[in-house]
Amino acid sequence: MYNSRRKINLFLMIRRAIQQHALSSIITAISVALGCGLVLAVWLIKIQSYQAFTGGAIGFDAVLGARGSQLQLVLNTVFHLETSAGNIPWSLYKQIENDPRVRAAVPYALGDNYYGYRIVGTSTQLFTHVDSLLIRNGRLFKENAPEAVVGHLVAKKMGLTVGAQIHPYHGLNFDLNAKHDQTYNIVGILEPSNTPADRVIWIPIESVFRVEGHVLRGSGEIYRAESGQVIPDKHKEVSAVMLKLSSPQVGFFLDQMINKQGTVATIAWPIGKVMANLFDKIGWMNRVMEMVAYLVMVVAGFAILAAIYNTINERQREFAIMRALGASRKLVFSVILFEAGTIALIGSFIGYLIYGLIFVVTTNIIQHRVGVVLDPLNLEGQGLIIVLILPVATTMIGLLAGLVPAFKAYQTDVATNLIPRN
Amino acid sequence: MLKIRHLKKTFPSPDGKTQTIVDIPDFELNSGQQVAIQGQSGCGKTTFLNLISGILQADQPINTPGPPPQIVLDGTDIAKLSEQQRDQFRGNSIGYIFQTFNLLPAYTVLENVLLGMHFSDIVDTELAETMLTEVGLAERLNYRPSQLSVGQQQRVAVVRALAKKPNLVLADEPTGNLDSEQAHTALRLIRQICRQQNAALLLVSHDRDLLDQFDDCLLFSDINCA
Repeated sequence: MYNSRRKINLFLMIRRAIQQHALSSIITAISVALGCGLVLAVWLIKIQSYQAFTGGAIGFDAVLGARGSQLQLVLNTVFHLETSAGNIPWSLYKQIENDPRVRAAVPYALGDNYYGYRIVGTSTQLFTHVDSLLIRNGRLFKENAPEAVVGHLVAKKMGLTVGAQIHPYHGLNFDLNAKHDQTYNIVGILEPSNTPADRVIWIPIESVFRVEGHVLRGSGEIYRAESGQVIPDKHKEVSAVMLKLSSPQVGFFLDQMINKQGTVATIAWPIGKVMANLFDKIGWMNRVMEMVAYLVMVVAGFAILAAIYNTINERQREFAIMRALGASRKLVFSVILFEAGTIALIGSFIGYLIYGLIFVVTTNIIQHRVGVVLDPLNLEGQGLIIVLILPVATTMIGLLAGLVPAFKAYQTDVATNLIPRN
Repeated sequence: MLKIRHLKKTFPSPDGKTQTIVDIPDFELNSGQQVAIQGQSGCGKTTFLNLISGILQADQPINTPGPPPQIVLDGTDIAKLSEQQRDQFRGNSIGYIFQTFNLLPAYTVLENVLLGMHFSDIVDTELAETMLTEVGLAERLNYRPSQLSVGQQQRVAVVRALAKKPNLVLADEPTGNLDSEQAHTALRLIRQICRQQNAALLLVSHDRDLLDQFDDCLLFSDINCA
């Protein structure tokens, strides 16, 4: 026997109405889903990018580099993008390293790449000060040896393992003809840190000075390191120094002293603020993207209106039959209104999948370009509110869109429409 | 049980004037009585049933001079009810069988019957199943109307109209889409269930053969002055 508990209610009426026009309902729900997915993606990628670029696991408070743009300095050293503004003398590095208000100073020397992935010369101190840089396989390089520790993404993409050897290529952009003869033995692979460091090959800073073809201008004169000879400190130079400060006041003081009163170097402090300024400058782009996303939502609302409105004429007999059986105009109105709301609600749920797809694609691009990994499920604060509100807001849009066709259904004349039209 | 007085309905005609379609000064139907009304197509039979069921509203004296109309069914004057009250009253007290069956295509057989009951005080799935079983549709409860034969569709329509145990059943050319044999079977079924439930039956048709089966058979032109 049939399920005796089956009852007729508004929910069943809406279900049957949607089933009867399944194809148009599905297409409409998908158009709503695209809108929802886009709105979610624009908002959440924006929020997470902002968080990742302004407050991610950088591990340092400030960056000291050659006189120039703070943004360029941060992009070059923290995100391993952009070119270097130039070098600063080793003496300046030692001076700031010895400043008691500076808790840590880690030098960076850039100049080579491996198939586009940056090779950064540094000291092993880097790995003690940045918690996210952990060795997965192997060990750290020795300070004076031609050894390398490879970021997770580089190792994965280039198939590098402990024991392999690599040749550096001169410059920050890959040029097949710019290969150095020097080789580095890979002695360690890092754990994934989901930071730009995953795209970097780390080598001892001393070995950067000794790469064939590299020249040092720390003293103002050109100096070429020779094998077996100690390089005098006066010739050495670094691209940047990553700093940990004992207090924010120190940052303020260094900012005054180096940026406002000095002429030799630039200090980017605090790093997050420099990036936040960048986001503020490109804020208009976010607003344009938000506008596009909202527009898609409005179009989706109109799609619901058009899809249901177009079915009303052919459904007027159905409404007339329901009315003849005793249904009120209000009920017919409600069925259409909630049908529109339900399609919108279903669309918003499919929208989560669309959001997931957009997020995965975008995250992949960002990870490969910058190394920063965004997590689609990392929802907190504003992001969580948007995710929770979206189905409600979308349903409201659906209900609004359903008003016009619902009113048309409300007006159905029973006596006229009970007679078949063919 | 059903008393009708001064029932009038006019419609605007294409030339801008009004045309009176129904003008019934007096009509009565007793409880359990089965009456057939014969009339040509377009003479106003359907309008008459729509007025009784409250689908259409009778002309009020404000529009046409004369005494107010009365359509009193079991003490309730349908002519005085608001549209919402008429919908409610129709859902509760009147079963309507249409020539074209008017089953809802998206609903199953059982759901069509339950929908008819949904607007009444009787919502009894077991009763709906029993009645459908009695008319030979026990194996078709889950079917859609489009999956049924014409005769089966008519049986669903009959059960839908009667499952809510109405006091009055209105049948508008209920066998118009059936062949002769199916028509007689369907009519027998309608009359039989109406008798079982002591529901009055008012059937309109232009089919002479069908009408001959009724003891009480009237010409629509005899009751309608329009």
